[in-house]
Amino acid sequence: MNKESNIEIILTEEPLSVEACQEFVSEANVGGIVHFIGTVRNETKGKKVTHLDFEAYKPMAISEMKKIALQALENYPIQKITLHHRLGKLNIGEIPVIIAVSSAHRVAAFDACQFAIDTLKETVPIWKKEYLEDGEVWVSATP
Amino acid sequence: MKVKVLCFGITKEILGGFEKEIELLEGDTVSALEAKLLADYPDFSKLTSLRIAVNEEYGNNDQILTERDEVVLIPPVSGG
Repeated sequence: MNKESNIEIILTEEPLSVEACQEFVSEANVGGIVHFIGTVRNETKGKKVTHLDFEAYKPMAISEMKKIALQALENYPIQKITLHHRLGKLNIGEIPVIIAVSSAHRVAAFDACQFAIDTLKETVPIWKKEYLEDGEVWVSATP
Repeated sequence: MKVKVLCFGITKEILGGFEKEIELLEGDTVSALEAKLLADYPDFSKLTSLRIAVNEEYGNNDQILTERDEVVLIPPVSGG
């Protein structure tokens, strides 16, 4: 089985598509698909957020996302996995990240999807700046 | 030797630009670069963490840097 053909990584300035993710992971032998869709929230720690700005160290972000996808295929009995991440300015309600996982049985897809988003948030060199009513802050940069 | 360092996120603001040349000694390691940055730019001590990538992989503390390496400062990531 060719593992590379069962993963897809996209890092883009364009709006993300849940349908495109679903289409990639769909196969005849799949019994379920789990999506994680991250969305931009309108508040943080009680402060109103106006928008977010995402930037990435692109080549390494892509290679770290690829490692996560390959690791997920290795660790869980899943069929396919795709990770899409958006960059640039995002407004409230827009989608910065989608992860889709397909498998024969649902538990593996839920577990692999959780693993993928948790690991993405720890290892992938992407940063977001929150623009608040009274200023701007790089998320998680300082305690 | 001069090592070119690329900065993302908050490190861009601490160093005052996307790209900086840092003067290191031959044989200096990732740890030595980190120590020099902390000494020259005390604001680095405010960060929750700082990792240094070398040629698109997370670097090890004892990894020796050369002028040809692509060195990138990785403050706490916040994707997703």
